[in-house]
This record gives sequence, structure tokens and C-alpha cells, in this order.
Amino acid sequence: MAFEGLADRLQKTIQKIKGKGKVSEADVKEMTREVRLALLEADVNFKVVKDFVKRVKERAVGQEVMESLTPGQQVIKVVKDELSDLMGGEQSKIAVANKPPTVIMMVGLQGAGKTTTTGKLANLLRKKHNRNPMLVAADIYRPAAINQLQTLGKQLDMPVFSLGTEANPVDIANQAIEKAKEEHHDYVIIDTAGRLHVDENLMGELQEIKESVNPDEIFLVVDAMTGQDAVNVAESFNEQLDVSGVVLTKLDGDTRGGAAISIKAVTGKPIKFAGMGEKLDELEAFHPERMASRILGMGDVLSLIEKA
Amino acid sequence: TKTRDSFATKMNDLVAKYRKVDEEFFEELEEILISADVGVETVMELIEELEMEVKRRNIKDTSEVIEVISEKLVEIYYGDDEQEVEQLNLNENGLSVILFVGVNGVGKTTTIGKLAHMLKEEGKTVMLAAGDTFRAGAIEQLEVWGDRVGVEVVKHSEGSDPAAVIFDGIQAAKSRGADVLLCDTAGRLQNKVNLMNELAKVKRVITREIPEAPHDVLLVLDATTGQNAMSQAKTFSEATDVSGIVLSKLDGTAKGGIVLAIRNELSIPVKFVGLGEKVTDLQAFDANSFVYGLFADMIDQSTSADE
Ligand SMILES: Nc1nc2c(ncn2[C@@H]2O[C@H](COP(=O)(O)OP(=O)(O)OP(=O)(O)O)[C@@H](O)[C@H]2O)c(=O)[nH]1
Ligand SMILES: Nc1nc2c(ncn2[C@@H]2O[C@H](COP(=O)(O)OP(=O)(O)OP(=O)(O)O)[C@@H](O)[C@H]2O)c(=O)[nH]1
Ligand SMILES: [Mg+2]
Ligand SMILES: [Mg+2]
Repeated sequence: MAFEGLADRLQKTIQKIKGKGKVSEADVKEMTREVRLALLEADVNFKVVKDFVKRVKERAVGQEVMESLTPGQQVIKVVKDELSDLMGGEQSKIAVANKPPTVIMMVGLQGAGKTTTTGKLANLLRKKHNRNPMLVAADIYRPAAINQLQTLGKQLDMPVFSLGTEANPVDIANQAIEKAKEEHHDYVIIDTAGRLHVDENLMGELQEIKESVNPDEIFLVVDAMTGQDAVNVAESFNEQLDVSGVVLTKLDGDTRGGAAISIKAVTGKPIKFAGMGEKLDELEAFHPERMASRILGMGDVLSLIEKA
Repeated sequence: TKTRDSFATKMNDLVAKYRKVDEEFFEELEEILISADVGVETVMELIEELEMEVKRRNIKDTSEVIEVISEKLVEIYYGDDEQEVEQLNLNENGLSVILFVGVNGVGKTTTIGKLAHMLKEEGKTVMLAAGDTFRAGAIEQLEVWGDRVGVEVVKHSEGSDPAAVIFDGIQAAKSRGADVLLCDTAGRLQNKVNLMNELAKVKRVITREIPEAPHDVLLVLDATTGQNAMSQAKTFSEATDVSGIVLSKLDGTAKGGIVLAIRNELSIPVKFVGLGEKVTDLQAFDANSFVYGLFADMIDQSTSADE
């Protein structure tokens, strides 16, 4: 089963109604059905899809579509517009604390890409913003997590603060910030252990770190391949920590990445960066427009709209 | 008791919530399965078949529909295969080599640690080969698992050729008379052609040393992954002829329903499930409890609504 983009899916209906002067409500229904399927196949959460399709339907039975000469294309345009609205504008700014250091905390499920993104962000801050970050190894659980961060620190030639695996992550974070002040680092990026959003103990630990160091940014790191569960994860992390932004990783793969829509819809928080590879310079600003096209089936959607 | 908790009983609870097998019933069933990442296409096929069966057998009562649902799901899962394919394919008189493959961060290295423990408990001599020479800290991570479980790890330095490490692993395992060699590889996204070729080469090296090896190629899939898991299964199979799946991270809220579609389309069975980060958190796959898991939330809701 090859993935059919929305454009392919709508092609049939578009052909059918081409000759007609006017579109019926049944035609619109058929088209919104295809919209639903395309979004579900792209891993957008089914509840999010339901609301979304409802909004599209309302607009699609309106005059602008029903009386258009190219109703099929108009529906695609409505979908694209609604999606772009939902995704918001581009927001890749990183907070700056009034009094340095600015503290960033990385959180997320196991294996999402927190440690790698910690290295990438530090690299970006130095290269693009001329900053002098310090990395903090607060994952005391995963085997060789500290080692992993230290290796990245070495590759970047940047200091990594660690107290080994016996210290408490809250103490590690606090002492790291003291050290950063002494050594005049303007950014501190705390790498935390991966955890399940339903793990009360470990989520409590993150809340403790948060209360204790009062971070300027909390980035939720999410794997772009995540399926329907993305809403549970994002909602839960956001409820418990009030995250400030999202980093979507592994977008260099061939996933549609519908999780992006789900996450944005349930948290309202901006997706700020996109991980585009394993290397430390492969972090980009997140482009909501491009993401919307990707989820719907890439360039062909745009070309259809242009024909409209 | 066991019987009370059985799948059928739970399904009973579920359908008891609906008095009629109507559109609403099928709608909820569809949503449950889609939210478990089973995939729209598979779900719609299933629902269509169910609706036909219900009509054909003239089923009006929800309790009768359970049987049909279970039948269909099990049918989708097993297809024409024998159940034995879910066992590890070990060579009982000599070295068995198991190759682990998968995209980044799914749980390959951790699963190797857990499986090493399981096999050691069964009295086997196990060795590990640190074939991920790329990711920062990957070799050290496998070494920690080796220490934890008490098995030897064959490694080279970071950045060296993975095929060479695996080659050395096989020689070492042969000379020590080990029963099983578990080979770690670096995570890679399936659309990276060079990296997939590298993996195919690793597999060729293994086969060159032992013609019937690797005895199993296990693809690790993260239960949190959505429809992309199908593309992973396809591409990794093309490169390495995957013989089984390990479904990791099932201890979260994700259901990993895509493995139903993978089994249905590609006939690759799930052999193990990962249920946490501890050494004991690996279990043999059980289709019944997996299918039950797909409906667990729905059943919890309906039972709590009864109370
Ligand atoms: N292709 C690709 N791989 C990535 C990206 N980001 C991270 N990875 C890989 O994903 C895997 C997991 O990344 P980590 O940074 O270790 O993830 P983590 O969230 O720190 O994991 P835990 O600490 O175990 O929870 C590694 O193999 C990384 O190299 C990305 O944007 N693209
Ligand atoms: N909750 C949970 N976490 C798991 C499970 N299996 C692995 N993990 C965690 O997932 C993260 C990634 O696991 P790894 O074993 O490093 O994954 P990998 O596939 O080897 O990753 P790369 O080598 O970077 O591609 C780690 O934090 C593990 O502890 C599981 O079954 N449940
Ligand atoms: Mg990490
Ligand atoms: Mg690994």
C-alpha cells in the first residue's frame, strides 16, 4: 500500500464533478471523507481529525467552494489554509534570561532524541548566536547516558557538567547552574532521562527540577514517526510541566509526520525546531507551511491549488 | 482468576455496553482500532468484513459479535502461518547468530541486554557484538548491559567498520564455544540508502562465516510509532530479510497496532515485546493478550461505567 497523498485521493472526486456546474453536499461529503483518510494515514490523531474535518466541512459547504468553478481545488485550499492556521507561524526563537545563564531543559519519551538535540542546540547557540553554552548530564538512569553526552561535548569542544550516576538529578541541575555562573556560561542545557508520561515518579522528578532551577525553556522532544499516541504524550508532558516548545526529531525520514498536527492541536505550543539527521549540525528551524504540505502529500497539493 | 480475566470475558464486558450491534457500535470499534495505530486501511477492511458477517449470520445481539471479532483479529494476525514462527530460531548444536536492526532509538541495544539475560537464564552461553560504532556512547552502553547480565562484549573503537566487529564477534563466539551471539547495529532510518547497504553487508559477512546464519534477524519497532512502521518493516526486510519483530515500549500508552497490518501484509511475526527498561522487561509475544490490549481502554471504560 503506497501512501496516497490528499491530492491523489481527491483526484477521482475532482474528475467526477468537473463537468457539473455546481457541487452538491454529497460531493463535499465525499471529499471530506478523503481528507479524513489522508490525515489518518499520515498519523494525525483521530480526534484531531474529527474536529478538523468538521471545520473543513463547514467552510466547504459555504459559498466560496460550492459556487467555485474548481470546487475540488477549493477544498484542498481550504484544507491547506485550515492546516496552516492550526500549525501557526514560524517560531524558532530561543528565550534569553534577563540574568544569565538562560536555562533550557530537555524532556521527552525514551529514545526521542533529547541527548542528540541537546548537542545540536548547543552547537546552534554557539554558531548562530555566538553563545557559550554548558551541557548538563542529568540522565542518571540510561546505561552510558553520561558517556554519550560527554562524547558529544568532546565533538563540540564544549564542557559537560556531570556528578556521575549516584547524584540526584535535582542536585545535578542546581550545581550545574552555580558552576555555569562561575564560569560565565550564558546558556545551560539540561539533558534529562527519557521517561513515560504516565510514570508518576519520574514525572515528579522533572517537576522538582523545574521548580528548583526555574528554566527559561522546557523543550518537549518528540519523534516525528509517533502515531496516535502523540496526543497523550504531548498533553501529559504539557499538563505536568507546561512546556515552552516542541522539537520534532527524525524528520529526515520518510514519515508523513502527522504527529506535528496532533501535538500542536492539543498543546497549542509552538514546534520550534526540526531534527534532520544524527549529526550535530542537523537541526533546523521548523517550517509549519512545509510540514502542512508534507502531511498532505507534498508539492502536488500546492500545484493543484495553483491551478485553482 | 485467569478465566475471568480472559480475553473473551473482557470482550463480553465490552459488548455488554451496547445493546445493539448498530452503526454506533462499529464506529466505536473503528475508533478504538485506529487509535491503537492498526491503520485505517486494515481497520476499514476488518469492519467491513465484520458488518458482512453480522448480516450473514443475522447477529443482533452484541454478545454474539464477540466471537466474530476475535476470530477476525486472530485470523488477521496469524494468517496462514503456524504459531511456531514466534519462537526464536536457535541452532541447538552450535552457534546461533542473531542480528538486530531498526531505526534510531527504538530499543535495539536495550533489547539485546534483556534477551541476553533471558537466554543466560535458560543456561545458554551468550556473547554480544558492539556493531554500533557510530552513535556517541553506543559501545559503552552495550558494555554496561554486558556487565549487568554478565556476558562478554566484543568491540572495536568508535568509528570502525561495523562488519569487521561482527566478523570478530563470530570468530570469538566460535572459539569460546558460545551458544548465541547477539549483534547490535547502529540505528538508521530506512530511507538512507547507504546505511541500508551497509546493513546488508553486515548480514552478508555473517552468512559468509556461517551459511545458515543469521538464524534470526530481529527488527525492533517502537510501539509508539505510527504508520511509518510498515515502511520500516518493508525496507529493512528488503535489506536484511527480517525474520521477526520485537515490539518495544509497550509499557507506555501506545498499543503498537501496526504489527497487525505488518503481519497481514508481510507475514513477519512479532516474537517479543518490551515492557520496560529493566533486564527482566522482555516477554514472549502473546497474540491474545496483545489483542486484548488493543481494547483495554474501551473495556476499562465500560466496566467502570457499570460500577
Ligand atoms: N535520523 C535522525 N536520527 C536522530 C535524530 N535525532 C536523534 N536521532 C537518533 O535517535 C537515537 C536516539 O537519540 P538520543 O539523543 O539518544 O535520544 P534520547 O531521547 O536522549 O534517548 P534516551 O536518553 O534513551 O531517552 C540516536 O540514534 C540518535 O542518533 C534526527 O533528527 N534524525
Ligand atoms: N519504557 C521503555 N523504554 C525502553 C524499552 N526498550 C528500550 N527503552 C528505552 O528506549 C531508549 C532507547 O533504547 P536503546 O536500546 O538505546 O535504542 P536503540 O535502538 O539501540 O537506539 P540507537 O542505537 O540510538 O538507534 C532507552 O532510554 C531505553 O532505556 C521498553 O520496552 N520500554
Ligand atoms: Mg538521552
Ligand atoms: Mg543502540
